[in-house]
Amino acid sequence: MPKVTIDNITIDVEEGTTILNAARKIGGRIVPPAMCYYSKLKGSGGKCRTCLVKVAQSSAKDPRPMPKLVASCSTPVQDGMVVQNLTSPEVAEARKGIVEFLLLNHPLDCPVCDQAGECDLQDLSFGYGMEETATEDDRREFPVIDIGDKIKLHMNRCILCYRCVYVADQLTDKRLHGILYRGDVSEISTFIGNAVTNDFSGNMIDVCPVGALTDKTARFKSRVWFLKPMDAHRACGKCPGKVAIWMFGNEIYRVTGRKDQFGEVEEFICNECRFEKKEPGDWVIEGPRHIKRQSVISANHYEEMKKQSIIDPIAGEMNKQE
Amino acid sequence: MKSLTNRSKVVSNKQMTFWERIYFPAILNGMRITFGHLFRRKATVQYPEATREFSDIYRGKHVLKRDDEGRERCTSCGLCAVACPAEAITMVSAERKPGEEHLYREEKYAAVYEINMLRCIFCGDCEEACPKEAIFLTKELVKSEYQREKFIYGKDELVESPDPAKRVDVSKRQTKEVLEFKKDKRYKHNK
Repeated sequence: MPKVTIDNITIDVEEGTTILNAARKIGGRIVPPAMCYYSKLKGSGGKCRTCLVKVAQSSAKDPRPMPKLVASCSTPVQDGMVVQNLTSPEVAEARKGIVEFLLLNHPLDCPVCDQAGECDLQDLSFGYGMEETATEDDRREFPVIDIGDKIKLHMNRCILCYRCVYVADQLTDKRLHGILYRGDVSEISTFIGNAVTNDFSGNMIDVCPVGALTDKTARFKSRVWFLKPMDAHRACGKCPGKVAIWMFGNEIYRVTGRKDQFGEVEEFICNECRFEKKEPGDWVIEGPRHIKRQSVISANHYEEMKKQSIIDPIAGEMNKQE
Repeated sequence: MKSLTNRSKVVSNKQMTFWERIYFPAILNGMRITFGHLFRRKATVQYPEATREFSDIYRGKHVLKRDDEGRERCTSCGLCAVACPAEAITMVSAERKPGEEHLYREEKYAAVYEINMLRCIFCGDCEEACPKEAIFLTKELVKSEYQREKFIYGKDELVESPDPAKRVDVSKRQTKEVLEFKKDKRYKHNK
């Protein structure tokens, strides 16, 4: 069992675990942010460089630091490795640059975008980004297209994380979309106007870290912070049927997968649950979802407190490690 | 016990002096104050013949601005509604159709935009939250009405007229930094 130290916290992890997953095992603020890595999708990661960390000591046998910052999502740990994330000013500086690069072609249309309020890139640029950009070039512009009758693609907003391509590869039986062209001009598209109609294709909406792929059935209906997220389930033959429903009063505006603390869905859901079951009678509602108090969605959001946090509020907060 | 706050007063039962007991000097002093007010500046104005001067940044009735080409600036992003401490603002968004580009500035617009003027406390948080320079408070006052329903102002009362002569000038409400930023035509917001 290799022993790895991340930001002065030591943990034993299994052989072959990546630094990012070791940090997620510790949890809390030391987890590097990830825009392209998705633990449920094989082969994802290594593209966005957001999760860069500094390795101050490669291993117990070779105590030299690694020459460059490494992508923590694709670097396996070694015994005695010492990693710096929050404690390294070098990492903070690099991440600032990464955010600037991710925003090079990303339009600032958050007031229009449906993802605003639950967008990974918004959180990332709020946490690490700068107010200014150094470039004067115009951003790439693409027309907004429909891929299938339920999904809208805003190629302008795409940061080319490839997550949706992995979803198409690993979840659906026939891949109908992918990345066309290379480098600066690469774009997501379907094969000559083809519609994406697989049963699990809706999951590309959930895995998209930005608002490039959005749900057409909930398009512009409301902002996420006016909706109440609830855990709900139903008996579904195709998927586990455990979802989060986003309610406005008694109406269901949107159905998504349940996202965990790292912004990844717990279970992929099928298109029937996502797009067609919008009546409250279709679902068994379990209760309100936990929303981090820092999130804009937590405004007017109430949930039952755990007993421990009533007895000792400070310890309760610390255990949650938001 | 001695009070902790020093705010309480000890009541005394002291006798009035002869000078206080004859009352006449006290009455004269009272008259002097009363007639003295006759020569002061009046505290009231004869509204509506006379009106007070308003501050440039007086926070009265809201206006939804249009841009230079007469398109509505509001994109229904909901930031004013989430910033509103009185929850006075509601809206329903809609998608702009092809051919409506001259009406709405962005892809999304507010099909319904309502401010409940009975709830509104005129704090100005909505104009501060607005990323699109769409909502501003003006010097205009909210008129009195007989029915409560009439205080719910919709887009017909809030959106300014497309006529350039009737536009509401809000430049005095904006900080120097904002006006400076607006000159920078590199940004899509200023085009």
